[in-house]
Amino acid sequence: MKRLSWFNVTSLTLGFAFLYLPMVLLIIYSFNASKLVTVWAGFSTKWYGTLFQNEAFLDAAWVTLKVAVISSTFATVLGTMAAYVLVRSGRFWGRTLFSGMIYAPLVMPEVITGLSLLLLFISIGLDRGVMTIVLAHTTFSMCFVSVVVSSRLISFDRSLEEAALDLGCSAFDAFRLVTLPIIAPAVISGWLLAFTLSLDDLVIASFVSGPSSTTLPIKIWSAVRLGVSPEINALSTIMIGIVTVGVITASLVSKRNSLRMQREEQAAERPA
Amino acid sequence: MRRVALIAVPYAWLLTLFLIPFLIVFKISLSDMALAIPPYTPTLNDGLAALIAGLDFENFVFLTTDDLYYKAYLSSLQIALFSTLMTLLVGYPIAYGMARAPQEWRATLMMLVILPFWTSFLIRVYAWVGILSNEGVLNQFLLWLGLVSEPLTILNTTTAVYIGIVYTYLPFMILPIYAALDRMDDSLIEAAEDLGCSRLTAFWLVTIPLSRNGIIAGCFLVFIPALGEFVIPSLLGGSGTLMIGKVLFEEFFNNRDWPVASAVAVILLLILIVPIVLFQRNQQRQAEAEQ
Repeated sequence: MKRLSWFNVTSLTLGFAFLYLPMVLLIIYSFNASKLVTVWAGFSTKWYGTLFQNEAFLDAAWVTLKVAVISSTFATVLGTMAAYVLVRSGRFWGRTLFSGMIYAPLVMPEVITGLSLLLLFISIGLDRGVMTIVLAHTTFSMCFVSVVVSSRLISFDRSLEEAALDLGCSAFDAFRLVTLPIIAPAVISGWLLAFTLSLDDLVIASFVSGPSSTTLPIKIWSAVRLGVSPEINALSTIMIGIVTVGVITASLVSKRNSLRMQREEQAAERPA
Repeated sequence: MRRVALIAVPYAWLLTLFLIPFLIVFKISLSDMALAIPPYTPTLNDGLAALIAGLDFENFVFLTTDDLYYKAYLSSLQIALFSTLMTLLVGYPIAYGMARAPQEWRATLMMLVILPFWTSFLIRVYAWVGILSNEGVLNQFLLWLGLVSEPLTILNTTTAVYIGIVYTYLPFMILPIYAALDRMDDSLIEAAEDLGCSRLTAFWLVTIPLSRNGIIAGCFLVFIPALGEFVIPSLLGGSGTLMIGKVLFEEFFNNRDWPVASAVAVILLLILIVPIVLFQRNQQRQAEAEQ
């Protein structure tokens, strides 16, 4: 029997208040007419106006979006390949090293990853810019993608793939027509994870970006080091809003899909 | 043939962009600082003999002579350790409450824990600047309540760093503990209570040991990244807050001393190897237990 005692109710209430109150306050203060945190000078949307007139922010947002789309796409392809290798390829030369290189970046401090990549780019004479940020982001997010995808591949029924091969599919067609549709949810969440990680990254991008390739987190960072900035509050509110809509939509879609699957399974079990 | 290509592409990518960069860091940590740009002696053009002759441990010796570095390592370890314990104390009751909540709430509660993880880390840390500053929301609230007569200084102290770490890493603690508690069989608690345990003793003797793997996983997931943290101490901490991630960043960008920054990175990596290996062993044991 489950009982939700007063203790559990209190800890859940306090816990979620702690998680959400700071963000709620940030959103409230983004509509404050005054520049100061101390004074509430009435409701205003003027900081959103100044934000959208700020060319530097818009440029940085564009660079960030470009980097995030390209790097998460590369990361998804490479990460899915890596997951396939980890789960399916059995033993090969240097397998331990390979799986070590997949798991190590997940826990590597960002300062070390950033420093080491910068030193690589300098020693091969690659100019810092959008390209180096894409390379850096692809490398660490492909590891996250491969962890997400490989957990789906492990639970995957291999006989489906074997059936496709027996029925005359080439190995690539079996992957494209059978495996990929089944692991697609994991591949999509891997892409989303890589996209978010790339949007979010400050430390690695600080190391590997050049003067012409300032990303949004770098821009935010230089603004907030001086203290609270109402424009950043407005920007944060927009970003929190996008994420909230995205996460709620994703969970509704996955709930609807699992309900549909349940119905289909029940329908299949019923004798015709 | 196709199998070789499938293995070779991600393998080559990781070798080039993950392993080789580390070897370069290692090499530069053993080289001299030169006045030319880039600020270290050339590495690739010399012969092998010159390369070996050029290696020295000067940078590592330097790290031991200036007490800034060992103090920074020690205080990073201390901050990471305490904030991990505090995250556990805050996170466990939440995970416990979630596992006890009615089945139909759980998916929503789970989503509420994951949602902050998708929002920008930088913004979540920044949100606390407006709360903790002298004129911030917290101080105004405390003054209004009459609990304090003048504003407390919290921002730019180590306390603010603790708050920042607990806040941003809380989901990493809650999720593995919740997963462990969710799998637990409730009849075990009932059995303990039937056999005369009080509710608290049953919690202590049954629930805690059964959620051990979740606790261990959560602690490592907080401790490992907290140790090399840069954003939180820079934004919330003051000049008195020493953390090695910040020292490395400043050594590199402000002092432009790349060999010393590399040596700092090599030592941080050596410190991290122990918890990383322990973490992987815990995960492996858990995976084996599930099979």
